Amino acid sequence: MSKTLLNVNNLHAQIEEDGKQILKGLNLEVKAGEIHAIMGPNGAGKSTLASVLSGKDGYEVTEGKVDFDGADLLDLDADERAKEGLFLAFQYPVEIPGVSNVNFLRTALNEIKAYRKEDPISAKDFMKMVREKSKIVELDAKLASRSVNEGFSGGEKKRNEIFQMAMLEPKLAILDETDSGLDIDALRIVAAGVNKLKNENNAVVLITHYQRLLDYIIPDFVHVLADGKIVKTGGKELALELEEKGYDWLTK
Amino acid sequence: MSVLTKTKLQEFISDLKFESTVELQKEAYAKLSGMEFPTTRDEYWKYTRLGKISNSKFDIEPTCNLSPKDIEPHLVSENFVVFENGNLRSDLSHFDLEAVNVITLPVSKVEADLKNITVNPSAGELIFDELNTAFVENVTVISIPKNTNWEQTVQVIYVQTGENKMSNTRLIIEAATSSSAHIVSSFVRINAINCFTNHISQINVADNANLTFDKIQLANGISINTEYVTQQNNSTFKINTITLNGELVRNNLNIEVEGQNCDTFLNGAVILKDKQVTDNHTFVNHVAPNCMSDEKYKYVLDDKSIGTFNGRVVVKQDSQKINAYQDNGNILLSDYAKINAKPELEIYADDVKCSHGSTTGQLDDDALFYLQARGISKEKSRHLLVQAFVSEVLSEIKDEKMNNIIYQTLNEQFDWDLR
Repeated sequence: MSKTLLNVNNLHAQIEEDGKQILKGLNLEVKAGEIHAIMGPNGAGKSTLASVLSGKDGYEVTEGKVDFDGADLLDLDADERAKEGLFLAFQYPVEIPGVSNVNFLRTALNEIKAYRKEDPISAKDFMKMVREKSKIVELDAKLASRSVNEGFSGGEKKRNEIFQMAMLEPKLAILDETDSGLDIDALRIVAAGVNKLKNENNAVVLITHYQRLLDYIIPDFVHVLADGKIVKTGGKELALELEEKGYDWLTK
Repeated sequence: MSVLTKTKLQEFISDLKFESTVELQKEAYAKLSGMEFPTTRDEYWKYTRLGKISNSKFDIEPTCNLSPKDIEPHLVSENFVVFENGNLRSDLSHFDLEAVNVITLPVSKVEADLKNITVNPSAGELIFDELNTAFVENVTVISIPKNTNWEQTVQVIYVQTGENKMSNTRLIIEAATSSSAHIVSSFVRINAINCFTNHISQINVADNANLTFDKIQLANGISINTEYVTQQNNSTFKINTITLNGELVRNNLNIEVEGQNCDTFLNGAVILKDKQVTDNHTFVNHVAPNCMSDEKYKYVLDDKSIGTFNGRVVVKQDSQKINAYQDNGNILLSDYAKINAKPELEIYADDVKCSHGSTTGQLDDDALFYLQARGISKEKSRHLLVQAFVSEVLSEIKDEKMNNIIYQTLNEQFDWDLR
């Protein structure tokens, strides 16, 4: 039996500023080798879940526990979560003028390696890795040397997210609406990249509005998140049912 | 009965030994007795309190504390002149006269040159000008001959050492017709406590000449630093002012663009912490048409530090076809840091393109989180963003050695590993 990577238990979280409760007792278990899709209507708490798991400021966990491959995830800073092997592909990747993509990634990779008590990667090996991994998402190697996401098209930004995922080789990747704003060709490239990176030791959680992405990345489980809880779990056929019927029948 | 009370300035100079027989210096000394330090009621000194100067007692006795190994870490060139507390240390200086024309002269030999300031300084600046003229001993003159391009950088290093020392230093740069050169002035302090430097650079960039001037202030002493620059037809002048660690630094940069078709670049980076204070007052006076000036100043302020940027650009009535750009960006890293940003554009011509912008903010939280989410610690993420912000200015420093010195200083003083 494969091991559990992520175990979310009765998670309650609210927005720090106004105390608005968003997650209301969420349970989720993700094992190595699995792909999970989380779907649900607007405002159900999908992006909040991604933010809370990745350690973004501005949310307060009021109840519940998250175990990440033996570590108490909620106890860690955002960078430590990444160092433990959690990856978030952003819905809206941030543009950071003046910080070059490669410089940033090399810093990240070496910090992660230091955390794991491994030797830093040499400049030569790093550049070789950049060339190999950028091919996975057909990202122009020139983009790698530009400032992080600056002047990238919507599709390039999303491909850059998957490129970073390829570079950092996380145990668990959460893809937050990676399909939004992508045309069919870009969607196909991104999905192919994710499929290539997927193996029996890691796992992927896809957060998405639409069934479309799931034609390309086939999930093992589909969960419906509504009003801060998982209200239904099924196989990949559930996504098709949702596409047809909407969410109303589950939330009423 | 009348009571005579001394002004603060009279009090300030009363203990300083004045022995010069040079007419110009005697005049300057006499003028000082009728003057007073500017206060924060003076518009151009509103944000800079001078108590650290006016309430201190400095002395001007020469010192000889420096050895070659003190200087070495600050060198970026094989041609350099060293001043210790305002006194020439020819024993520590080194330059190849075959390659560069550098000479340091007593004031009596350059009296006429010292007077040759075409800009009318404001009353506050005038006091420090007269103080400088009265007490300066040796003047360094760098003359770049006609039609020559100096491949080697020339560096002048002003060092503060000891305690309660005042230095008055003067640098004259004459870039003759169609010449080009790169000059660096470095201001450092080595084991100095409460030292005050009052420096003036007089620079003329003649027709078709191209001069780059780096002003690197790594000292955290007290400093009043004034440039008077004039530019003639078709000349290019670029000044990069980098201030790290200014306990109290006031820069007065005055550029008179007298000729047509001139390009002028003013770049500044200020990085401060603790209770440091840095005030950059720049003044570009476009008195001739068809010129371009481009100004870019960036501040990163931590703790309780205070920065001031006052960028004044004047375009005279007949100075048509001027493009003048000004960009000032500030990042406050703490809730207690403070920036006073004041762009001043005075445009009297009608066919010009002038722009100015000033932004002040904090590091972008979303960008910080993005970096952290990739495994970079919060501290390092802040460094990356700070570096990205100031690199626009720091990248103007083309000298690799100087870049290393700057980044090393940031590392030592701020624990910032920006590379």
